[in-house]
Amino acid sequence: METYSFLRTLADSWGLLVMTLCFLGIIAWAFRPGSRKTHEEIASSIFRNEQKPVPQAGTRDEEAL
Amino acid sequence: MWDYAKLIALGAIAVLAAIAANHARDLAYLVNAITVALAAGIAFVVVLRGVGEPKVVNRNEYLDGVIRLGVIATAFWGVVGFLVGVVIALQLSFPWLNFEVLQGIGNFGRLRPLHTSAVIFAFGGNALICTAFYVVQRTSAARLWGGNLAWFVFWGWQLVIVLAATGYILGGTQSKEYAEPVWYVDILITVVWVAFLAVYAGTLMNRKEPHIYVANWFYLSFILTIAMLHLVNNMAVPVSVFGSQSVQLTSGVQDAMIQWWYGHNAVGFFLTAGFLGMMYYFVPKQAERPVYSYKLSIIHFWALIFLYIWAGPHHLHYTALPEWAATLGMVFSVILWMPSWGGMINGLMTLSGAWDKLRTDPVIRMMVVAIGFYGMATFEGPMMSIKAVNSLSHYTDWTIGHVHSGALGWNGMITFGALYYLTPRLWNREGLYSLRLVSWHFWLATIGIVLYASSMWVSGIMEGLMWREVDANGFLVNAFADTVGSKFPMNVVRALGGAMYLLGGLIMAYNLWMTVRAQDARAPVNANNAIPAE
Repeated sequence: METYSFLRTLADSWGLLVMTLCFLGIIAWAFRPGSRKTHEEIASSIFRNEQKPVPQAGTRDEEAL
Repeated sequence: MWDYAKLIALGAIAVLAAIAANHARDLAYLVNAITVALAAGIAFVVVLRGVGEPKVVNRNEYLDGVIRLGVIATAFWGVVGFLVGVVIALQLSFPWLNFEVLQGIGNFGRLRPLHTSAVIFAFGGNALICTAFYVVQRTSAARLWGGNLAWFVFWGWQLVIVLAATGYILGGTQSKEYAEPVWYVDILITVVWVAFLAVYAGTLMNRKEPHIYVANWFYLSFILTIAMLHLVNNMAVPVSVFGSQSVQLTSGVQDAMIQWWYGHNAVGFFLTAGFLGMMYYFVPKQAERPVYSYKLSIIHFWALIFLYIWAGPHHLHYTALPEWAATLGMVFSVILWMPSWGGMINGLMTLSGAWDKLRTDPVIRMMVVAIGFYGMATFEGPMMSIKAVNSLSHYTDWTIGHVHSGALGWNGMITFGALYYLTPRLWNREGLYSLRLVSWHFWLATIGIVLYASSMWVSGIMEGLMWREVDANGFLVNAFADTVGSKFPMNVVRALGGAMYLLGGLIMAYNLWMTVRAQDARAPVNANNAIPAE
């Protein structure tokens, strides 16, 4: 089979299936039990660290470029 | 040591660019080569003056200097881009404004890409880069990675803008919509973009928060996808190293499909995903409450990622593109409506319980209108991608109106909101200089967009109907020039709407300027001249 027809067939069969399953898997993962607490925690994380970063533990000496 | 390496590289670039200017085969290349030589020379002097000075990096504060400059650049390029837009809108209404002495420089054909690139890549690009740097630092609780690499990203991007803009008006273009920059500018874009990705990903990897906040997902997908689109759509072989012209590797329908795969995903990832990153950070911050549903934001993100990339073929309905590809593009465009509205609802509902802020805070009003226009444009777009609708709307002003309700309404308004949010914080001011002026800006911009979009609906549908009108014998009734003549009043209204939008932008620039100039700074918390915290 020529490359075009092969890729075309692959895309609308297995490719489509794999992508759909990946997508559904991600949705299922978002709704996993216990995710609510995690999500609330992340959603409110933007209200921290407004002014300063959290100090680095082991300060690597990084010369400015 | 590193300084000397930089000096050698910059010196070499300056000399090579000067040599290239000497051999230039066309005017655009000549001017661009001189610009590069000057830019490298200036950078050389700046580095030279800093040689041997100890580099102080206070890792206990955010790198905000580059963001401050980004805010200034965003406001500046915004006003420039709107101004060029008003000029070309007037040129369409009054053709004598294509002055004879300016033919080949200042006529509509040369100024149009200048306008689109100025608003998308200069205004939008600077807004995305500076807000990305702001958001990634705050949500990661880490200083920007890579030392001064962020400064390179900023100045590199400004150089890209200047090279592209001066190139366009002198004829340096590869004639691909929204990808007009010529081959050597494309190479510079690639270098700057990789540096942008490195700074962004490096900061994320240094993060002190356990999770990556959703805004960062949108920003990161925007950076990665634009890199991919840019590389594929700009596969070209230069005719000469001393000229701006190049030949595309693909041709015909393949080239068209790659171009609109690029073009539509530039809309999808540059103008949508990137700006959604802004929405998911600045709307909750300004409303002082977390996003309505974090789960919905995850679904919104992944649905956009999985769907958007397929929508490009709707730009090529009824062309040489295979029927199945056009249908695929149409179907995915229609499906996209749902996640887009999911995102819109998520943004709007973030205000639930705080709707009273709409009355008192013109900045939040601006953001809400932006989300409203996001919803409107993402409904109109899928509708226009349906083949039957597209056969009426394609090539007409309706498309122009659609693009502008997205660009002026969604991208513009959310950016204005972000600029109003950022300026007092970045310069440590108590608040904005004048909320009254923000209200003026809000109403001028909103009414301007309404005038723009509605005049283009009328004009576009009229144009489409006139083009397809046939008499009893099957002959076309109207000549093309008849449609041009009939569009005059709508073109004037459109220019008026654009002028109001421009005026709003000028008011914003004044307001932001006075926010910094007319007020004293609070005690410095995060300014770069602050005393170290420990």
